[in-house]
Amino acid sequence: MNSIFSNNIKVIEFDSLIVGGGGSGMRASLELAKSGLKTAVVSKVFPTRSHTVSAQGGITCAIASADPNDDWRWHMYDTVKGADFIGDQDAIEYLCSEGPKAVFELEHMGLPFSRFDNGRIYQRPFGGQSKDFGKGGQAARTCAAADRTGHALLHTLYQNNVKEGTNFLNEWFAVDLVKNSKNEVTGVIAFSIENGEVAYLKAQATVLATGGAGRIYASTTNALINTGDGLAMALRSGYPAQDMEMWQFHPTGIYGAGSLVTEGCRGEGGYLINKDGERFMERYAPNVKDLAGRDVVARSMVLEVLEGRGCGENADHIFLKLDHLGADVLNSKLPGICELSRTFAHVDPVYEPIPVVPTCHYMMGGTPTNISGQAFSRNNDKDNLIPGLFSAGEAACVSVHGANRLGGNSLLDLVVFGRATGMHIQNELKSGGGVDSASKDDIDNSLERLNKLNESSKGFDPADVKKELQECMQNYFGVFRRGEFMKKGLDQLNDLKEKVENLYLKDKSSAFNTSRVEAIELQNLFEVAEATAISAYYRTESRGAHARDDYPDRDDENWLCHTVFDPISKSVTKREVNFSPTKVEAFPPKARSY
Amino acid sequence: MFGNKLQISLYRYNPEEDKFPYMKKYTIDKPEKDIMVLDLLHLLKEDDQSISYRRSCREGVCGSDGMNINGKNGLACITPVSSVIKNNKIELRPLPGLPVIRDLVVDMTEFYAQYEKIKPFLQNETTAPEQERLQSPEDRDKLDGLYECILCACCSTSCPSFWWNPDKFVGPAALLQAYRFLADSRDLKTQERLESLSDPFSVYRCHGIMNCVSVCPKGLNPNKAIGEIKSMLHKNKKDIIVSDGV
Repeated sequence: MNSIFSNNIKVIEFDSLIVGGGGSGMRASLELAKSGLKTAVVSKVFPTRSHTVSAQGGITCAIASADPNDDWRWHMYDTVKGADFIGDQDAIEYLCSEGPKAVFELEHMGLPFSRFDNGRIYQRPFGGQSKDFGKGGQAARTCAAADRTGHALLHTLYQNNVKEGTNFLNEWFAVDLVKNSKNEVTGVIAFSIENGEVAYLKAQATVLATGGAGRIYASTTNALINTGDGLAMALRSGYPAQDMEMWQFHPTGIYGAGSLVTEGCRGEGGYLINKDGERFMERYAPNVKDLAGRDVVARSMVLEVLEGRGCGENADHIFLKLDHLGADVLNSKLPGICELSRTFAHVDPVYEPIPVVPTCHYMMGGTPTNISGQAFSRNNDKDNLIPGLFSAGEAACVSVHGANRLGGNSLLDLVVFGRATGMHIQNELKSGGGVDSASKDDIDNSLERLNKLNESSKGFDPADVKKELQECMQNYFGVFRRGEFMKKGLDQLNDLKEKVENLYLKDKSSAFNTSRVEAIELQNLFEVAEATAISAYYRTESRGAHARDDYPDRDDENWLCHTVFDPISKSVTKREVNFSPTKVEAFPPKARSY
Repeated sequence: MFGNKLQISLYRYNPEEDKFPYMKKYTIDKPEKDIMVLDLLHLLKEDDQSISYRRSCREGVCGSDGMNINGKNGLACITPVSSVIKNNKIELRPLPGLPVIRDLVVDMTEFYAQYEKIKPFLQNETTAPEQERLQSPEDRDKLDGLYECILCACCSTSCPSFWWNPDKFVGPAALLQAYRFLADSRDLKTQERLESLSDPFSVYRCHGIMNCVSVCPKGLNPNKAIGEIKSMLHKNKKDIIVSDGV
């Protein structure tokens, strides 16, 4: 295959370009399409195949349906605490206070929420939820469409984008950002997976809404497509990533398969047991038991297994007991879970417990942004906006989840910040904002990686390298971490780098060449894995999802801060956490117990 | 379970190299435990990078990997090899009736066009309340069995009526969605929706063959939804005649 240069590729121009067709991308595009700006979503899969579709339990928001006295400030308190106090409080305030508006909009768009008898949206209890700032007991704040909330939300957003006439470039793969000489982002290089055609998608505003990258781990609840493409593009362009050591391990991934079993199961009254049938969470979180924060529950499960109380032949998993809820509740509230566990665990939860293990689930870190979705880099310890670049959803770190995300907050994050990003871009572009054009050289630079892969005549097998990468991350950067082991992991990543940069793409064909896509995805995974490993080694304390057995305690004096990974120097610096919400007093850090 | 070897016959077609599609045979050691058909494809692809198929969630909710497995449409990721294997053999073909782009990947343009045609979005032009529109649990229950569709196209591509008139017959998947909005107490365009479906092709090409029901990987029943639409159309027609008479 010959090299591709800027003078022989097509340029397709838009006002705004959204990379990624999941919840945040399609919420942003909906806002922009309605405003009349020429907007396109470029997605490597047909949008309803995006990973948002797999979200189950719901969208957490104080719409005051289950409890008419519910208050977004209580939701804010829970989120700040859940984040182990390194979530930005201005962003969390925006999330929780704007949330109801965003959720009601979804309902007006047609999302088929489950209902209470009075006709209002059904809400269920989820982990880490409380009333009255932790003093009023368990809250039920997660709005649900049975246990298929993500599916219902994603389809609703797609449907409304169809209604508003959004342009979709489906099954197009974005390879790299295009930057101009002023370090502004002017769009992306992308190719059509269907026929291999390469194009420069030029835009005044580029939104990275590419979701997470759970596939850096061998065991994950994430879809096969979750390879951190947008974050990796930003890293390769020299833009930073924030809080990359913070990866959530969901307590209940199906043992062996990795598929997610919603926290809603425990919200509806299910609980975890060890091999003795003991409800062990009573020991670790006496107050809320199985509905403690996900990081707390995941660690407790690992400790049970390490101390020899795991279930099964190899004593290596835990059981999630649901049978006591009865067939009626399971079939009406958790039908998808029943289906998944029959298929992947070969058990029927109506009669038997589901074998589960903590499984990589969510990337709290990402491209740092402000609450309008504007991405920034760091310069002399100051935030420095990157003209033309935006990010929202799991790909971004705004940061509302801090060191640990609460269940049900990711879907809210998608719609609230997808919407905010869309609104901001609309204002910016309509008031004359925008970026300069890129030169031919700029565009050629962004074609380099694709050309190198297309011209490879020897090198390493992507499938082998991917396995090595995933094993390395699983072994050294999992639920529990230790400096000496992470050092080994870092050395191994260093060796892998050479392989990742020299992959051999055997199949050079143009039509639906998925091996080309997978090779580029592997390079993206590596970028994210490297940022994760270096950030995790850097933070010498335990906080939220980042649990180090060589530094078991939280250390507010030194680490009440974000970490910012600089991809050029491969080093990490600290960034202050926002403690300045505008409508309420900030919640100061305190010991986090459940 | 399988003897020692497993023989896979795979539909291959690369438009840049092949004049015609062909079936290629692969023989692998039987997997130690029962795996899904999608895992089988992953194993083949590790050795032969050129094999092409779609996949995303690998748990039956995204609808990417619909294909024809030993003669029946289904999702590769939730179909255990043990459930479809015959004499240690398994044959994998693309979904029937749609143009093939490459190997197991079909061009779904026509399928999506039918989906868009039924206006798959809630239509209610009344001013929205500040909170949600209310809906009783009973009314919400009417959407069960409809909204769960994942657009995998297993049903429409198993339907002879859709093979015959893919441009004019809406097909089971999109009709299921048409009824999802007709059945939604919040949607106010019932009349317009029915009128757009009243021609001889959109709905009436369904002859109750029921392939859609037997293949749906989510256990949905498009045939029942189509029956409901037909009843609404009949009733609508009668109402119009009656009111004309008056």
